Amino acid sequence: MPRRKKHKEIFAQGNEAVVEGALMAGCSFYGGYPITPSSEIMEIMANRLPLTEDGVFIQLEDEIASMGAVIGASLAGRKAMTATSGPGFSLKQENLGYACMAEAPLVLVNVMRGGPSTGLPTSPAQGDVQQARWGTHGDHPIIVLSASDVQECLEMSITAFNMAEKYRTPVILLIDEITAHTREKIKIPHPNEYEVVSRIVPSMPPEWYKPFEETVRGVAPMPPLGSGYRFHVTGLTHDVNGFPTSRPDEVVDLMERLHRKIDQFFYDIQLYEELQTDDAEVVVIAYGSVARSAEYAVLQAREAGVKAGLLKLKTLFPYPRRATEKILGQAGRLVVPEMNMGQMSREVKRVACGRASIRTINRIDGQIIAPSEILKVIMQG
Amino acid sequence: MTITGNEIIHQYLRHNKKFPHVLCAGCGHGIVLGTLIRSVHQLGLPKDDVVIVAGIGCSGRLAVYVDFNTIHTTHGRALTFATGVKMANPKLKVICIMGDGDALSIGGNHMIHAARRNIGVTALVLNNNIYGMTGGQSSPATPMGSVSMTAPFGQLEKNFDTVALASGAGANYVARGTVFHVRKLEKLMVKAIERPGFNMLEIITPCHTQFGRKNKYKTPVDMYKWIKSNAVDIERFNEIDEGKRGEKFPIGTFVERDLSGLEERYYKLKAEMRKARGEK
Repeated sequence: MPRRKKHKEIFAQGNEAVVEGALMAGCSFYGGYPITPSSEIMEIMANRLPLTEDGVFIQLEDEIASMGAVIGASLAGRKAMTATSGPGFSLKQENLGYACMAEAPLVLVNVMRGGPSTGLPTSPAQGDVQQARWGTHGDHPIIVLSASDVQECLEMSITAFNMAEKYRTPVILLIDEITAHTREKIKIPHPNEYEVVSRIVPSMPPEWYKPFEETVRGVAPMPPLGSGYRFHVTGLTHDVNGFPTSRPDEVVDLMERLHRKIDQFFYDIQLYEELQTDDAEVVVIAYGSVARSAEYAVLQAREAGVKAGLLKLKTLFPYPRRATEKILGQAGRLVVPEMNMGQMSREVKRVACGRASIRTINRIDGQIIAPSEILKVIMQG
Repeated sequence: MTITGNEIIHQYLRHNKKFPHVLCAGCGHGIVLGTLIRSVHQLGLPKDDVVIVAGIGCSGRLAVYVDFNTIHTTHGRALTFATGVKMANPKLKVICIMGDGDALSIGGNHMIHAARRNIGVTALVLNNNIYGMTGGQSSPATPMGSVSMTAPFGQLEKNFDTVALASGAGANYVARGTVFHVRKLEKLMVKAIERPGFNMLEIITPCHTQFGRKNKYKTPVDMYKWIKSNAVDIERFNEIDEGKRGEKFPIGTFVERDLSGLEERYYKLKAEMRKARGEK
């Protein structure tokens, strides 16, 4: 057996790991505006991107502009990203909708802090979960991912780019201030240990190319601007050529395809981890930094003889329905701890339809939910 | 065989869809689009290298008709998309088409910052003094005292001087033309497209439907006559006494600086940094 090369290990915070992952996934454009607690992502990008082969870094005048620049770069063929937090996330929503409509792949990282408004700029929260799903106006499909520790920040950052490129869609990576600023040792995977997906570019002659054509996957190939495929991109409802339309049949075709291209790959997109759920009678459903507290609480409950389990959500939207259904078949009790007033628990309740007793644990004071708080609810029986 | 103007325009229009266009009879936007096509043709730019980035409104709809790479963006944000495109691929010729509401109101911040950072983009601001597509509401370019749907008793606010704004913010090239003075407009536009850095060309274009009819210009002809009698070459304008200028406004080139575009500076710095580190 050839000896495996040892992994490079670094001591990093979540924001740094997001950058590492992005660069490994081929990110070559960052357009941003500083905001706590996400600024490290921008600062590290400012240091790293100019030194890569084709990397471009630019600081814009606000979050609206940074989102616009990222979409422009994406249309020009780049894997592009931006990062922000609370108030900035609100400003990103306008052009986020444009990216959904124009099917421009990009990654938007939101490091969640306490809200609403300026709120608690340096404290963690998970209050932007439903905004990530429904923040921009109109019916739109979106992929929302999360990460619970620094290693996962790196992995989910790569995954976010891969999904964006594969499905020609914006992908939101939601992390919270704790994950973003926690420093721990992480392993940098070897290049053959992770997959890098890039958008499919058209191979047909330009006159045959239809930029928004119906395909089996629902995703049409996407050429970079200036490559000979001249077409129209618009935020207006458009036909397969990209030209504005208000013909009802063409409107329906577009809207259904936009949703179907995500819907039909639910099982590919919905990522989660299970811990001791096989025989669990009480299951904690958690995501982000709270999932780490939940994991500790579950292990302690097991030691105390309670059949507890954990369902850790890595994909928040589309909501992992099947994983939840499976648990509902056996566990009578669910516990949903979150650092908000109850946002993900709405999804859990929607899927459960009264088939289990659901207890929520909510903290909105900018403090982490401790394992003991979760353990207490698990043990209450 | 000489090619006529119409033949040139025909070469650059999209033939697969979308005619007739959305513009009213008498609108000046078509003249701008024709001038844009002739300017691109005169410069010999390949269609593949030209990216038209448009905002929202009547002017935003111009992009769809021409056979370039075209992006119809969100309201006021055309320059932000254009900045991303230009930084990602500096070889592309990026031309922004915006209206007065687009560029000066909702996109005012992007306008001053694009000028300040001198990104290599051509900004065409089609100023018709009104929000035309939404039905004739006041814009930041609506002259004081004129009537609009949202200023039925007369506009109380002063209008923006687009040229002064762009000059003050640091644009490389600032000019103003009108759709009545087409030959002059073409000369200005060729320069605005050709030059490096941020080039702003304001184009006075009439909106008879939404502005003229409420403001004593009953027909499109009245509006063109107003432009004809009030637009004055900058040299001549400076000779007129300030008290006698009335509604007259200057046209021509106001600023010609020679600063390199942001993308040029970025890629140069990048190459230096990489060379210092021994990378290609």
